[in-house]
Amino acid sequence: MPAIINQKIKIAVASGKGGTGKTLISTNLFHTLTQLDETVLLVDCDAEEPDDLLFFKEALVAPFDNHYGGKEQYEVKQSVPVIDQSNCIYCGRCRDYCSYNAIFLLEGIKTIRVIEDLCHGCGACSYACQSDAITTKERSLGVISRFITGDNSSIIEARGKVGVYSPVPVIKTAIKAAGEDGIVILDSPPGTSCPFIQTVATADFVILVTEPTPFGLSDLKQSVETLKTMNKSYGVIINRAGMGDDKVYSYLIQEQIPLLMEIPFNREIASLYSKGELLVKHKPQWRALFMEMYKTIYSKHKYGNSSNQR
Amino acid sequence: MEIAVISGKGGTGKSSISAAFATLQEKVVLADCDVDAANLYLIFDPVNDYEQVYIAGQKASIDYELCTNCGLCVDYCSFDAILLKATEQGSDYKRVTIDEISCDGCKLCSRVCPVNAIKMTDNDKSRMYSGTFRNGYMVYGRLAPGEENSGKLVNIVRDKAKEISEKHKIEITVIDGPPGIGCSVISSVTGTDTIVIVTEPTISGLHDLKRTVELTSRFNSTSWVLINKYDLNREISEQIEEYCSQNKILFAGKLSFDRVVVEAMVSCKSVIEYAPDSGVSKEISHIWEKITHYK
Repeated sequence: MPAIINQKIKIAVASGKGGTGKTLISTNLFHTLTQLDETVLLVDCDAEEPDDLLFFKEALVAPFDNHYGGKEQYEVKQSVPVIDQSNCIYCGRCRDYCSYNAIFLLEGIKTIRVIEDLCHGCGACSYACQSDAITTKERSLGVISRFITGDNSSIIEARGKVGVYSPVPVIKTAIKAAGEDGIVILDSPPGTSCPFIQTVATADFVILVTEPTPFGLSDLKQSVETLKTMNKSYGVIINRAGMGDDKVYSYLIQEQIPLLMEIPFNREIASLYSKGELLVKHKPQWRALFMEMYKTIYSKHKYGNSSNQR
Repeated sequence: MEIAVISGKGGTGKSSISAAFATLQEKVVLADCDVDAANLYLIFDPVNDYEQVYIAGQKASIDYELCTNCGLCVDYCSFDAILLKATEQGSDYKRVTIDEISCDGCKLCSRVCPVNAIKMTDNDKSRMYSGTFRNGYMVYGRLAPGEENSGKLVNIVRDKAKEISEKHKIEITVIDGPPGIGCSVISSVTGTDTIVIVTEPTISGLHDLKRTVELTSRFNSTSWVLINKYDLNREISEQIEEYCSQNKILFAGKLSFDRVVVEAMVSCKSVIEYAPDSGVSKEISHIWEKITHYK
């Protein structure tokens, strides 16, 4: 079958529960797709714990385009206020305008401080100040980096700085840097809170990875409810199949959610993963399965017929 | 004594270990601080006697009856959350529109609007619950989907846990923390006596452990590393032990991989309750003794 060229799709790999195998799926799917004559990009959006690169020892650092400074790393920054104590009249307007409790003021002893870790960089304090006492400086929230793994394949990693309040600005920058062309795989952060939503919001299709345990099912349900409200197409991969119970299967049938793939629990797969080895490199039959799954997802995206619709 | 169980990487078995710890003691306060994916209630089925609404910030919305489409709010928004968007596809008329997903709730738009057309609404879907379970008291939070995974809800859960432990004079509080290294993790470990970092012998486990240690080293708590499923890759387990000894991190011990842990979860029990005589239960008891008696 000839390769279909110029495919354009964004697939997010997500899961409510952590450690179900998002990275396993993202890295193996990405590597499988590099076989196609297409531009393929993997974006590691798990900015708190980015791990995808560990599976691509051959990856070479590569510069971003000029929009992102033309270097291999682009620093994601946020502005934080600097208070000029000689102009400040300690009126408290900036503190009142701050929705994040990032300004600490003791009027009595004329002490004012910015708690940078709480600041979201909204600029409300600067707007509030009527005494020209607030300027801004930049602080780093993390970096995005670019790597090349083949002729048409590359990885963008979002890596938040330890201790920063939210990984979201770094994730958003990485997704933006990925652009709109080609096949893009987004390895999403766990959970269903803000970082997850930011990642899946831009996706055409979401692969939810779960495991057949009560914890896995409970978190899967929460992810499904969230994706329903977002009107996303999605399907489920059951990882470590055979390890727990069967309840996840009846849930999928009942909700008419497509089961995209099952990966059995066995020590060999676990051991390959533990060493940072790709399943599809060592077990070619998995490459075929990943490719088949991709084709199903792509045609569903391109030609409609979403089986999520009742 | 407050003991927080965390793990940089998800799925290392943190909650199963927290559940085991919570059933080794006669009576405990158990605080599930993984508010984004609270799971321990599935095992312990607590009877709740208290529920509290948690306001997770606000979201802006525009009253188009008042809005003059001046676009001032677009210029002021730092989160790219207000856009000029066509009301219908193909239409030339573009009006200011709030992207709820990107809105951070800072209120600046509502303050700059010259005609007061922007209203702020509370995000009030998140909850904190507390109650009793077969081994004491349990407190947990449930963050509504899409909310900022704020440490504030974690703080509320922990305050309630503290209140309960003081009221009922319960010595041990077990905190099940969230994965990652973000603000909810910081809130889960701040001021605790002991932190147990659960890791697994995979290269991603080791990588994430290092980032977690970078975070916990900022706190005064006694930090321990515990390797779960160590026999899935003995070589990396050794690397983790070596990393701990080189960096003077206390090593709590290692647990072997055993399907009994998942079987326990499927039966809604902790592994201590389900298979008290299993090897894994004995290993966990041993680790518990070690960390609770450490001076």
